[in-house]
Amino acid sequence: MELIVFVLASAMMLIGAFGVITRRNPVHAALSLVLTLFGVAVHFVALEAYFLAAVQIIVYAGAIVVLFLFVIMLLGVDKAEDLQTEPLVAQRWLAGIAGLGLLGLLVIAVSRGVEMLTTRAEGLATSAEGASGDANIQQLARSVFGDYVVAFELTSILLVVAVVGTVMLARRRVPGEA
Amino acid sequence: MPEPTTLSYLVVAALLFVMGTVGVMVRRNPLIMFMCIELMLNAVNLSFVALARELTDINGQSIVFFVLVVAAAEVVVGLGIIVAIMRNRSSLSADDMAELAG
Repeated sequence: MELIVFVLASAMMLIGAFGVITRRNPVHAALSLVLTLFGVAVHFVALEAYFLAAVQIIVYAGAIVVLFLFVIMLLGVDKAEDLQTEPLVAQRWLAGIAGLGLLGLLVIAVSRGVEMLTTRAEGLATSAEGASGDANIQQLARSVFGDYVVAFELTSILLVVAVVGTVMLARRRVPGEA
Repeated sequence: MPEPTTLSYLVVAALLFVMGTVGVMVRRNPLIMFMCIELMLNAVNLSFVALARELTDINGQSIVFFVLVVAAAEVVVGLGIIVAIMRNRSSLSADDMAELAG
């Protein structure tokens, strides 16, 4: 059962990623990105990270992709891009070779490194250990609002800076104003 | 039926990361390049969660939470920059942004 979920979610994720890098229309690429994000959310549920799965759907699929679609529509670039012409000679071949090399290195690294995963921390609230449904949320809350509370407060400053910076960037300059 | 191991999650995450990298190298539309960066961030998030499960350590999930917040801020600023660039130019292509002088 878990294997079926894994295979289906991985297929969703990789088909979506392939769509992002091959679709000519930016709107189609953004919709493929939604497919990928849902696949990752299914993986999160399978790995019993329920809160992160919900946040993944709400923040990524809900907010970030909508933001992408807004900008695509706002700029009017939702027409298909010409992917047939290759401005730089052999760029795609080199990118493919570099990607395959990176994949090989990553797979070798994780397959060798996964044997060293022997240390265990204090424990995660999973169903195997008889935890209830919201134990994951309680544990994550204790971690985020306990151990990482300074980092959590700093992210609020980061978000304020990002919002103010974007307003300044996207503002239309009135002539005569400094 | 065997359960998927942590290694299989990590290999799938590596595949997703490589697809994002190839996308950044191949595509010329800055919006699509941003989406490919999101693909890479998601691949890293997936491996964090898989390792949090393997090591039974909640800290992996806390890191993913912060990555989500930073990714949201990054997308907001990046799209603001793209909108500001598009004010002055008609086409949206990374090749047209080669010069430093606006």
